[in-house]
Amino acid sequence: MSIELLLALPVMLPLAGAAAALLARHHARLQLGLAIATLAAVAVVSAVLALHVAEHGTLVLQIGRWTPQLGIVLVVDRLSALMLVVSSIVTLAVLVYSSAQSVSESSERTPVAIYHPTYLVLVAGVAIAFVAGDLFNLYVGFEVLLSASYVLLTLGGSASRIRAATTYVIVSLLSSLLFLAGVGAIYAATGTVNMAELALRLDRIEPGPRLALEMILLVAFAIKAAIFPLSAWLPDSYPTAPAPVTAVFAGLLTKVGIYAIIRLETLLFPASVISDLLLAAAGLSLLVGILGALAQTDLKRVLSFTLVSHMGYMLLGIGLSTLVSMGATVYYVVHHITVQSALFLSAGLIEARGGTTNLARLGGMAKVAPVIAVLFFVPAMNLAGVPPLSGFIGKVGLILAGIDVGSPEAWILVGIALVTSLLTLYAMGKIWNRAFWQPASEEMAAELADREVAPVMIGATGALVVFSLLLTVLAGPLMAYTDAAAASVLERTPYVSAVLGEDAAAQVQHRIGEDGQKVELTQDGGGR
Amino acid sequence: MPVSLALLLTAGVMIACGVYLFLERTLTRVLLGFVLAGNGVNLLFIVAAGRPGAPPFEGDADPSTMTDPLPFAMVLTAIVITLGVSAFVLALAYRARQLFGHDEVPDDVEDRRVLRRRRRRTTRREQVRAGAERAGAEGHESEGREAAGHGAPDHEHPAHLPATGGLSEGHRQGALARSQSGQGWPTQPPAPAPRPDDDTADDDDDADDPVGADLSSARDAPLDHTESDEEEETR
Repeated sequence: MSIELLLALPVMLPLAGAAAALLARHHARLQLGLAIATLAAVAVVSAVLALHVAEHGTLVLQIGRWTPQLGIVLVVDRLSALMLVVSSIVTLAVLVYSSAQSVSESSERTPVAIYHPTYLVLVAGVAIAFVAGDLFNLYVGFEVLLSASYVLLTLGGSASRIRAATTYVIVSLLSSLLFLAGVGAIYAATGTVNMAELALRLDRIEPGPRLALEMILLVAFAIKAAIFPLSAWLPDSYPTAPAPVTAVFAGLLTKVGIYAIIRLETLLFPASVISDLLLAAAGLSLLVGILGALAQTDLKRVLSFTLVSHMGYMLLGIGLSTLVSMGATVYYVVHHITVQSALFLSAGLIEARGGTTNLARLGGMAKVAPVIAVLFFVPAMNLAGVPPLSGFIGKVGLILAGIDVGSPEAWILVGIALVTSLLTLYAMGKIWNRAFWQPASEEMAAELADREVAPVMIGATGALVVFSLLLTVLAGPLMAYTDAAAASVLERTPYVSAVLGEDAAAQVQHRIGEDGQKVELTQDGGGR
Repeated sequence: MPVSLALLLTAGVMIACGVYLFLERTLTRVLLGFVLAGNGVNLLFIVAAGRPGAPPFEGDADPSTMTDPLPFAMVLTAIVITLGVSAFVLALAYRARQLFGHDEVPDDVEDRRVLRRRRRRTTRREQVRAGAERAGAEGHESEGREAAGHGAPDHEHPAHLPATGGLSEGHRQGALARSQSGQGWPTQPPAPAPRPDDDTADDDDDADDPVGADLSSARDAPLDHTESDEEEETR
């Protein structure tokens, strides 16, 4: 049995687990056990893949042994392997967290029986998106995860969730249509949807249609990633979902969009003319998002707006597209998935303990719930980028990359990034002051007195916070890994040669240089 | 590659109609738009397949004369996905109908908040003016009336805005403005009455803003009125 077969497991295991969990719908405990076992297995497989890829290079699985141009290929390079590992760890932590939540809080209204299967389908969709070697499969992955997310968002069908989900569903439908139209147009222009083959063929078509194709896909992905002009749906829809669902949505679904944008801007359209547009969108996302966060009075809405804001950091790295910035972006994606999920989980803890997420009503939590206070404080400071935490390391990487580039736009972006970091600290400080330090009102004190939080929830959040601290402790090796991932992504040829062979890789015309500029590859030096 | 103009035009018309329906306020129409536009996009794939040829079965014909089968495989997948998602949206629309009596798409939360603040300011300004006019009728200080009635508020609000608050009457009576009227639909939790006499409202009305606050907990999240609610009320 070859190692390549492992590539199918991050997709197959959750789907099989979902089917099994659906069969076991009358046995809540068994269902939960199945789901946890499945995700633990996925985490192990992903870790094995990541280690193997780091040593032996990109892995490719041709399903049914069809040739790559016609059939479905699954590709795992360092970038996808890293995303798989982080997503499986985060989804596992969130699942454990939700095991307590679904039993304690909402069981009388929520059909828990469908929660676990749907959750596993969501994980499978995310995995498909990360390992997809062709655009159409990426589309299918997006659809799988979106369909699952519709169900998770409307869980229980209460009035506010239906209203919030309506916006979300419509926006998602539109972005799916755009994506599908983009895939169709790309097929019409090039005759393939395989990404490695596209890397060769897209270089040869006219610049005008090329730009149009790029823009269609970019808009579709930017909606998923909640980049500023296309981000208005996010703060309206996420906060109404149950806390664990919001955590996994905020952590993962937006990052799937970012992952797709990385592939789009490196493999398919390297160093394209729109990097200035990306930088502008990044700056606006950073500013508008964080200013929105400052205006909010609901904890979850503050966090949703900071999410929009911090997507700008990752887009900034992609827009600069130098070696340093891309490495920092990949690191930042890992950091942000973990920290944002941890923050939403601790917001769930606060809600479970205090009965509300309204910052005006909350108060006095630091005294009565010191553990929750710590579990909120650490990721909050991490998000703001307080040294020495991972948020600081990622932001330093991005800012250094911006200074290296040194163009006026890059300097402006560096300034915006710094201001945003400061304002994030302010927003987090505001939450801290109101929820934890402000003296509790009588009403609040009564709430705090008769509420308890399940230890499992605290444990799961704690595990995720510890994992986010590991990102800081192990920043050296992790940075080496992300830099290698970025280098291979910018080089482009490793991906192409793994999928199509050395001969095809020799035909790759461009790579992205370390300074973010397009470098022509000579025919003989192409396979380097 | 030869392209069928008829197919392309059909796809264009379908997508255009679909986008139009997408901009409607009710979910059912949005769904119809999605189905139309989705089928238009599917037609694009068939356009991408190029000139029709022999059926793509091995041994049946010369491979160079066969139809390209790949776009059709993709279209089939896309159709199945569209079907599943349409079923979900129908269920969503039905549930919305059960809960609210209609399936209109709600306004953006921030929009509602901005409008709510503006209305609150307007109400207060009108009261100031009414009070000033009363004072002017009782005492005989016409300059004083000017100062109290117009001077201070106009400083804050540009003169070109109508005195009713800067939005057109249609807006004011529309879905946004009615979102805090607190009457009407039976399933709606009682919304707090407007507090025209609250002087601190301007700067710090977040504390008990029913729209912006507590959206996360399903229990006390407010419901906003939409246009259908109003039709219902006027009937």
